[in-house]
This record gives sequence, C-alpha cells and structure tokens, in this order.
Amino acid sequence: MSSAPHLDLDHVAKLARLALTAAEQAEFSRQLGEVLHHIEQLAKVDVTGVEPTAHAFPVVNVWGEDVARPGLPVEAALRNAPAQRDHLIVVPKVVE
Amino acid sequence: MADELFFKSIAELGDLLAARTVSATELTRAVLARTQAVEGRLHAFNSRDEAEALAQAGASDARRAAGQARGPLDGIPVGLKDVIAVAGQPLTASSRMLANFVSPYDATVTARLKAAGAVFWGRLNCDEFAMGSSTENSAFGPTSNPWDLTRVPGGSSGGSAAALAAGAAIATLGSDTGGSIRQPAALCGVVGLKPTYGLVSRYGLVAFASSLDQIGPLTRTVEDAAIMLGALAGHDPLDSTSFPADIPDYRAELKRRPGPWRLGIPKEYFGAGLDPEVQAAVERAMDFYRAQGCTLQEVSLPHTQYCLDTYYIIATAEASSNLARYDGVRYGHRSTAAKDAVDLYRQSRAEGFGAEVKRRIILGTYVLSSGYYDAYYLRAQKVRTLIRQDFLNAYREVDALLTPTSPVPAFKLGEKSDPLALYLCDIYTIGVNLAGLPAVSVPCGFTAGGLPIGLQLIGRPFDEANLLALAGAYERGHDWHRRTPSL
Amino acid sequence: MNYEAVIGLEVHVQIKTHSKVFTRVAAGYGQPANTLTDPVVLALPGTLPVMNKAALDAAIKAGLLLNAAIAPVCKWDRKNYFYPDSPKNYQISQYDQPICVGGAVEIELPGPARNVMGAHRLVPLTRIHLEEDVGKLHHSATESLVDYNRAGTPLLEIVSEPEMHSAEEAFAYLTSLRATMIYGGISDCDMEKGQLRCDANISIRPVGETKLGTKVELKNLNSISFVRDGIDLEIKRQVAVLERGGVLIQETRDYDGQTGTSQSLRSKEMAHDYRYFPDPDLMPVKVDAAWQERLRAECPELPLAKQRRFAERYQLPYTLTSVLVWQRALADYFEETVRLAGLDQAQVVGNWIVNDLLRELAAPAAPGLAEAKVRPSHLAALVQLVGSGAVRAHAAKEIFTEMFATGESPEAIADRRGLKAAPTDAGELEQWCRAAIAGNAKAQAEFRAGKDSAINAFKGPVMKAAKGRADPPRVDAMLRQLLAGP
Ligand SMILES: [Mg+2]
Ligand SMILES: [Zn+2]
Repeated sequence: MSSAPHLDLDHVAKLARLALTAAEQAEFSRQLGEVLHHIEQLAKVDVTGVEPTAHAFPVVNVWGEDVARPGLPVEAALRNAPAQRDHLIVVPKVVE
Repeated sequence: MADELFFKSIAELGDLLAARTVSATELTRAVLARTQAVEGRLHAFNSRDEAEALAQAGASDARRAAGQARGPLDGIPVGLKDVIAVAGQPLTASSRMLANFVSPYDATVTARLKAAGAVFWGRLNCDEFAMGSSTENSAFGPTSNPWDLTRVPGGSSGGSAAALAAGAAIATLGSDTGGSIRQPAALCGVVGLKPTYGLVSRYGLVAFASSLDQIGPLTRTVEDAAIMLGALAGHDPLDSTSFPADIPDYRAELKRRPGPWRLGIPKEYFGAGLDPEVQAAVERAMDFYRAQGCTLQEVSLPHTQYCLDTYYIIATAEASSNLARYDGVRYGHRSTAAKDAVDLYRQSRAEGFGAEVKRRIILGTYVLSSGYYDAYYLRAQKVRTLIRQDFLNAYREVDALLTPTSPVPAFKLGEKSDPLALYLCDIYTIGVNLAGLPAVSVPCGFTAGGLPIGLQLIGRPFDEANLLALAGAYERGHDWHRRTPSL
Repeated sequence: MNYEAVIGLEVHVQIKTHSKVFTRVAAGYGQPANTLTDPVVLALPGTLPVMNKAALDAAIKAGLLLNAAIAPVCKWDRKNYFYPDSPKNYQISQYDQPICVGGAVEIELPGPARNVMGAHRLVPLTRIHLEEDVGKLHHSATESLVDYNRAGTPLLEIVSEPEMHSAEEAFAYLTSLRATMIYGGISDCDMEKGQLRCDANISIRPVGETKLGTKVELKNLNSISFVRDGIDLEIKRQVAVLERGGVLIQETRDYDGQTGTSQSLRSKEMAHDYRYFPDPDLMPVKVDAAWQERLRAECPELPLAKQRRFAERYQLPYTLTSVLVWQRALADYFEETVRLAGLDQAQVVGNWIVNDLLRELAAPAAPGLAEAKVRPSHLAALVQLVGSGAVRAHAAKEIFTEMFATGESPEAIADRRGLKAAPTDAGELEQWCRAAIAGNAKAQAEFRAGKDSAINAFKGPVMKAAKGRADPPRVDAMLRQLLAGP
C-alpha cells in the first residue's frame, strides 16, 4: 500500500459483473483513484498486534434447532422472477 | 408543537387516541391529506397505499373500541424507509433494480410495529441501497428538504426525515450505516436515533454493510424515540447479530434518569470543515448542559482521522458482496440484451444500478480482490478495533460524547457532485457505526438562513436509556423541536 | 519410464438434517421444483442466515470419527462468485478457520485374493469444513432452468492430502469414507441423489521424484465406480501424454462415466478470485470439551475397527468379516444373533447371515434388512435347534426360507412341517433303507461287486422318505449293515 494503488478497473468490473460504459470507466477511474489515494493514509496506522474487528459485539454459537418450518409456496417464491417455466426459473444458457 | 394533528408527537396523539378525542382513522386521514398537499414539492415517498393505511387505522379503532388497544403506537401512522420489507408491499431500495419487487415477507421491525398496532404509511425515498448522504442517489429522483425545497434533506434516510418534518408521517424508520438516520434528522430538524449495533433486528432490512447497518426511528421528540425504540428493540432469532440484551422501558427510564452527566467533547470533531453556525449552536448546547450541572471535558479520539477510510473499505467490501444477489435471475431488473448467463449479470446490473452503487461495488470488489485483502480489508478491520477502543477509553471518564451531527447544514441539491466531498458529510457520524455505539441527533438550533442544526449525543453500548434521558434533558430546555417548516 | 500417480480427493457430503444449514425451511430430495425455498434460500433482499445446530453437530462428529482436531473456534466466510445456482452469488463456507483440521481415513486395499485381507493404511486429511450447497441447473439447447430446492443444504467438504497413488486407493478411500459417514448417521451418501460428490486432483511424476507434477482436476465422478474408472483413465492419459513427449497443462476435466472418456472444460474466463472475507452476518462457533464429549459418546465403532474386533472376538474368517462390517445394521444383526445363540455359534451365525440371509435379501422385491421378518431371535433359535441336533442341516435351510417369508418361529415351522429330526427309531430307519435297496437292484449289484460309491444312490430316497429327519451318518451305517447282510 506504500506505492500508488493501481486499480485495474476492467478486471474489477468483470469480477463484479458490471458492464461499464466508456464514460463510466473514465469517470470511475478518476474518482476511485482519488478515493484510493485518500485511503492510502491507513497504511500509516500501526496495527501491530491489533486484532481485527469483525463484529462490534461478538457472541458465539448463535443457532437455531433443526426443526423444519414451512417455506414459501412455489408461486410466492417465483412471484418476482423475470422468467419462469414449469416452476423453474429460466435464464439464458449457462456456458462453462 | 403546532396544532395540526399531523404535527403532533406520538405521545400527544397517544393521549388523544386513548381519550377517544381523535380516532386513528381521523389521524390517518389528516396525515394522508397533508401528504397529498406537500408530496408534490417534497417527493419523500416512493409508494403509498392509502387504502391499506385506512384499513389498518380502522382496525386500530376497532381494537380500541373493544378495549384492546395495544399501546402508544396503536393507530399511529408510521412511514418506513424503502429498504425495510413489508409483506405484499413494494420494496425498491430506491433502485431501478428493484423497481417492481414486491416482498413476500415482513422484516422483524415490520412485524413488531404491526404487533404494536402502528399504521403503515408509505415507502420512503432514500439514496439507492442507502448509499449516499443527500437522497440524490435515488433512482426515482431526489427528495427536497421541507425547510428549503432547493436543498437536500440529507441521506440516505432523506425521505424518512423529510416526510416526518413535513407532517407526512408521525414517525418514520430509517437505517443508519454511516450516519444515514442522524444526518438527515439533523438537516430536517427532527430527532434521529441510531441504536447500538445488535439492539434492533436487521432481518428484512436490505443490506448495505452488514456489520454497520442498524434500523432506528426518526421522531419529533426524544420521548417518541423512546416509544419507538421500545417497540423495535429486542433479540431476534432470525438475525444472528441480534444481541440478547435486556430491554428496559425506555420511555419510563426518561424520567428516572435525571443526570447530571459527565460529557466528553472529542476535540477531533471540532476541526476544519465545521460550519461556524453549526459550531456555535453546538457550543450553546454545551453551555446548556454545563448550566444543568453536567461536567464537560475535552476527550480525544485519536483515530478519528482514519474513520472515513476505514468506513469506505469495510462498507464497500461488504456491499460488493451483499449486492451480488441483484443479478436479474430470481427477481429484480433483467436486461433483455443478454446473450448468456454471464452477460445477463453484467447487463442487468449495469442497467439496474445507479452510478454511486456501481462505484461502491467496484471499490468494494477491488479491496477484497486477490492481493489486496490484507492491505485494505484486514487492515481496516484492525483500525476499526483502534477506533472502537478510542470510544471505550473515553467512556472510562465520561458517560456520553457530544458533537455536531453534520459539519454543515442542508446543502443545495446538486451542489456536491464529487463523491469524496459528499463522503465528508459523514465524518462525525461514521465513527459511531464503526464502534457499534448508540447515538442520537436532536435539533439544536437554526442557521440565520432558517436551516435546522443537529446535536449528536453518543452513548455507551446498549445504554440507550441514559442516552435518551440525556437528549431529553436538552429537549426539555429548548423548543427547536416545536418549530415546523412552512410548506 | 515408470510413473507414480499422486491423488487427492475433495469430497462433498450432504448432511442429513431436517432443515437447511442457514434457515429452517425443510431440506430434502426429489420434491417438486422450487418447493423447498424461503426468503433466505432465495436470497431475497433483507434476509439473513442463522446456523443449524444439527449441521454443526454432524460436522464435529465427522471430525471425531476421522480423528481430526476440532477447532476450538471457527468462523464463516463468504466465497464470492456469480453462478445462477448460487442465490446470493456467494457461498457461505469456511476459509481459513475450518471446523476440523487433520485426521485420516483408514482404508483397506484389495488383497492378493478375494478371501485374503489386503493391506490397511491411513490416508491423511487436510481439513473438513461446513458450507452450503447450491441449487440445480437443468440445461436445454438455449436456456438453463434453475431449481433452488437443493440450495442451502448443509455440506461437509472433506479434503484429503494428495497421498493416494492409484485408482484402487481412491476407490478404497471413498468406500471407507462413505461407510464412515453412513455409520455416523451423518449422511445417507447416495451418490445417485448427489448426497456424496467427489472431485479428484491427479498428477503423475517419475518414480523417485519428490516434486509434484502438473495437477489436473477431474470433476463429475458421480458414482464410486466412476471414481475408480475416471482416475484410472486420467492416470493413463497423463502417462500417454508424457510418453509421447507432450506437456501436461493444469486444467479441469469432466469425466463422462457413460462413455468412459474425459474432456477439458473450457478454461474459465478468468482465474478464480473468490474474494473470501468473514461473513458479517454470522457469529463464530466455539466448541468446548463438553460439546465434543457429548458427540464422541454418539460415535460408533467404524467398519475396519469392527473387522479387527470380529476377527478377534468371534474368530471369524476374513470372508465373513469383510462382508459383515460394511453395513452397520448387518454387523449389529450379527452381534445380536450371536448374543442370543452363544459365542461358540459365531461362525455358524456368520455363515447364515452371509450366505442365506443376504441371498434372500438380494431377491427381487425382498424387504430391506430393517423390515425383514427374520429377526436375530429367529436366527438364533434356528442355530440352536441345529446345534442340539433337533433339526438337521438340510431341514434348517427349508425352515430358514420359510421363516424369511413368514416371520414364524423356527420351532413352529419345524413342528408344523414335521421337519424335526426324529428321536432314534431304528425300526423306521431300517424300513426306509430296506425299501430304498429293494427299489434299486442295479446299485445293489454294483455295491456288492465292490463299487462303494454306489451306496449313495440309496441315500436320496431314504432322505426323501425321512423328510429330512434322518441323520446322514446313521443312514449310511444302516445301509451298509443291510447291504452286508443276506
Ligand atoms: Mg472446494
Ligand atoms: Zn465445497
């Protein structure tokens, strides 16, 4: 993090499954560059021996007992689906 | 408080309803009519279901007639930020992505408010997926500030703050990830409470940043906030991060906790960028507390300067993952241009998300990506520990902290187009989210131009009872909260 | 050149719970599409996961059964990738703090002959972690169809060290692991239902070389025999590539068990970058000693340990132990029968079970062992009847067949059908023997001419007349006595 961050926007947009227009690419590159530059200062903080905080108030072993409860009727489950057939959700062909 | 029903507090209306001076139906009609009158200028709502609200009000009246009224919220019109699920109602998160989404289930807070007899009035506008500080990031257009229609109401819970301030609801719910309840409350002149992380269930809240998000009330008075919190708080088995804390009777505790308190003034919160009028108002609030016998002392939160960066790494990283589910497969916007499944994601998300959401997804994806995790996310989590410790250290000497809520009053719509400039609006609020603490914004004055100013009080974890009592003491000594905007 | 194969297996086992791993809607197989969902399974906006205690119990139990170290604290991570079968587009899994670390699977390799026990060895495990299953995709020519019934089913991922060296070892590993999971009640491991799924990492290297060769990931090994055949094929393919001077590339290959071929999957658009990070929606799991001990008490003896004990305690030959121990119910059936029949009858009981009971159970339309009408008490009674001489072996077979069909007690069947060996009645026996000799003049002449084996021709008619009640040695003696006479 000491050197200037390099954001490979194309690669990251692919990972995030976001198609960006050329204009968005240019704008985001500039804006995120500034944000990343700002973020650089975190490198100055001495975090030696500091535990990361994942939860503000951690507790452990939060679970439910294994008792099945009714779920959604299939019509309700698929009510918001953009495309469906025979109670299955239809998507364009998945290519490996 | 003004005479109109729609400007009264929950507490006042509760008395009127109990005495049968006013019916829930009359009250709801008054709020509906007020909404009709102002909504054209305000644009605080994404959707409204008048028939449903009146039906709920009728049911409330029937309960009361049968001697089965459920408490102070029975029959009170409450608006929900459009990131909280209500079964059978739209849930858009102010995003094109969810423009046609109807939730098949209730959020836990929704279920609790229903059980308390509240009347649901409208889905309130916000920044898309709660990402923003001005409500200008809504896919359905910005909300205006009722005090000055050319200005922003703050955000992301801008619709919740604006509708309440304008009398288009008696209380509202917002969500607060980095200040999204408190900052719009400050900018609209209402009370906004961000509870301790884990006190109020997040089940049914459209997730932005899971480790920071909390639902909380926006109300006209501190007492109303206590009433709302009483209904919302409590352990929820559907939210694994819900904390099994004891829930006191917050409203009753308001009277039982007279102070005086030891108040800390974090010196880092009074630096460059703080508007002089805001600073002056907050200093007058300090004088008030001093006069009440409180001790005030300067404290230091030395890692404050790192809050913004820490926040933007953690919040965007979590958001990039939380928002991956919006892919046009099971629900939500689906592009018609897609050739295959990968393209379906890329196009649907490109068309469904607005610019700020995309920016944050990109940033969050980047900071988690291979080779950067340790330098960004892990480091930010460690700095978060230090930020938390700053607050906990301060609480060894003081009971609460006193700061401005927002460095500036409401700014003009379109004024802050640069993301970084807008991110700086949150500098006084995000530390609270990173530390998981409770904080409340209460009205503490107006600028010469008539814009509200907010005072932020930050409490100990799960100590909302003292925090609200402290805020209530200020409120009793002032009448800022009685002012209403002329619309 | 001689090559050595290096094989590691990654096995996913569906845990048998009533509800899913992060929400309490029912888990199950074979239900109509999208009927086992709820807002959490569908990843609707606002939903949150809540752990399933039973899935944790099962994961810890699996670790204990396989001698893994149970992590005192483990956490949940999100594995981020987009795929239509994954509702959240991230999988809740465990990245750097799995619930179980280390451990081993004991395997038995094929012996030099079917009736000779092969070598045993321990295949070390890297880790076992808990995660959620995805939904199922069905592909048509132009579209893919998604069913989320399977999504959110608890899965154990059991990762071995790359320390197997042949398809036979991998086969033995999977056989043992599968039996262990079934024994522990963790999963039914029906590979046809996808309850156990296996991927293999395979490389080869010249014998003596210590550096690993280029690794190929083989997917879709969805039956135990496909695992053996697929790995065998892949090793041969790799050797062939190297021998003709080719270079192996790191790739993922898809094995097609129907055609016995494999093909390279189109290389992914980009290298995987799963962006693992701790799931902020879930709290860590802390496993204390008391919890472990509670589960340890539920851990059954495993098949190969049982095999050792059966050989020692019951003095059973490998031909019996190797059959009895792989099914927990069958082994229990054996032990219960021996308990009732007596330790000295162990081998007899074993023979009955392995030969007769399994034959009847294998018949079409036969019930499963649990539903079989013949209970250990029946078999023990039959063994005792034979042991006391009350029922002859030949009659016992008939009794068993009937007992299997009706569930009647062996005594009742023997009495009703007159199959009990008669108390000594020399007169009756002499009568049957005389009749048999008289009925076969040719054999009579042959025997008297010195052909001893001709005596056997009389035995059948005697036994038939005796309806199994005659004792063969006594029949033989009586025939000789009569034939020697005038
Ligand atoms: Mg894996
Ligand atoms: Zn896995």
